[in-house]
Amino acid sequence: MRTLILADFGFLLLAARWTIVLSAAAFFGGGVLGLLIALARVSQTRALRWLAIGYIRVFQGTPLLLQLFLVFFGGDMLGVPLGPWISAVLGLSLNAAAFLGEIWRGSIQSVTIGQIEAARALGLHYLPLMLRVVLPQALRVAIAPTVGFMVNLVKSTSLAAIIGFVELTRAGQLLNNATFRPFLIFGTVALIYFVLCWPLTVASRRMERRLATAYRR
Amino acid sequence: MNYVFHFGDIWNAWPELLWGTLLTLRLSALSMLLSLIVAVFGALARTSGPRPLRALVAAYVELIRNTPFLVQIFLIFFGLPTVGLRLDANTGALIALVLNGSAYTIEIVRAGIESIPHGQVEAARALGLHTLQAFRLVVLPQALRVVVPPLGSQFILLMLNSSVVSVISADELTAAAQDIQSRTFRAFEAYIVATAIYFGLSMLFTAAFASIERLAFGRPVSR
Repeated sequence: MRTLILADFGFLLLAARWTIVLSAAAFFGGGVLGLLIALARVSQTRALRWLAIGYIRVFQGTPLLLQLFLVFFGGDMLGVPLGPWISAVLGLSLNAAAFLGEIWRGSIQSVTIGQIEAARALGLHYLPLMLRVVLPQALRVAIAPTVGFMVNLVKSTSLAAIIGFVELTRAGQLLNNATFRPFLIFGTVALIYFVLCWPLTVASRRMERRLATAYRR
Repeated sequence: MNYVFHFGDIWNAWPELLWGTLLTLRLSALSMLLSLIVAVFGALARTSGPRPLRALVAAYVELIRNTPFLVQIFLIFFGLPTVGLRLDANTGALIALVLNGSAYTIEIVRAGIESIPHGQVEAARALGLHTLQAFRLVVLPQALRVVVPPLGSQFILLMLNSSVVSVISADELTAAAQDIQSRTFRAFEAYIVATAIYFGLSMLFTAAFASIERLAFGRPVSR
């Protein structure tokens, strides 16, 4: 056992980079897949809708930790060992897609049917209808809950520590194993997460309030 | 892909999985119950307590909700023993789940209380009801309508979240699956079976809460 030195806190801060990178990567991956799921969820084709509902149910109805384990060991099983980094990005993206898909489905459905009928009457096909009429209006509604979900995503990345990816939480564990100052170390780790998450929480809440005012009749 | 699935070992370990499932259910139910108790007091303090108490509860909620559950577990399980509070893994897991869950249930209960306009209480008092009667006959039935559906979802979230306490080797389903995989080296099979059990449980509880809401309030309030 060694003593805790000031440079160790630098180590934690550096590890927080990986928390941010992992969050961003999972948000991007989850965002792309989540948009497809949201579109499938509101599609005219029944099979697509069911597929999207099934996906959302499964990923929202099982623990994220086990999803990460399954991706991690599933890669080994298929003969493509993914390693902690890819497994974490993939697992978190698949999970985020379910939540973002559900959030964005709600936002898309908040666009009144009259808008879609009007766009159809004007001769717009699916793609221009979505891109120019539905999605821009849905975006307004989607931003606040999406930012709120980002808080969950940042917190979720801590589970990547369990499959061995060295991000903020794992760095805290490593440091604690060497120095055994749990309160100080995990307190600092928690503080860094708080600094990352709280502004998002506040922003999301503020936007929600503004939106509520805008829609009040 | 030339992998051959072997569920035989997992099947043979069914008593362990069943036991793990029961422990997960017990841990989740106990944590939910305790956090509900904390939440009732917390929400009352948050809405009608003295100002410093209100600020304290608000700070608690914000701190818990903006930090990962895993870090909270580590703080409790590794932190508390350094100040002389020895705890075994199961107690640590319970404390962590209650502390974490309370922050969410406080907000749910608070929303329930705040959804009742104060004028209703005043009207009830004007009609001659006692404070307790006004609460029991006017506020509570309406607040429950608002509170029960999110509490149902919160219970399912808590149950899924409880898988994380396997990292401090508390006894529950995920830890059972980990034991099985370390003995049989059938990681994927062990975890997919555990995942399926969690999924079954969440579907079961989703359906159960929907029927409870239908029975108690005449129609499903959520979704």
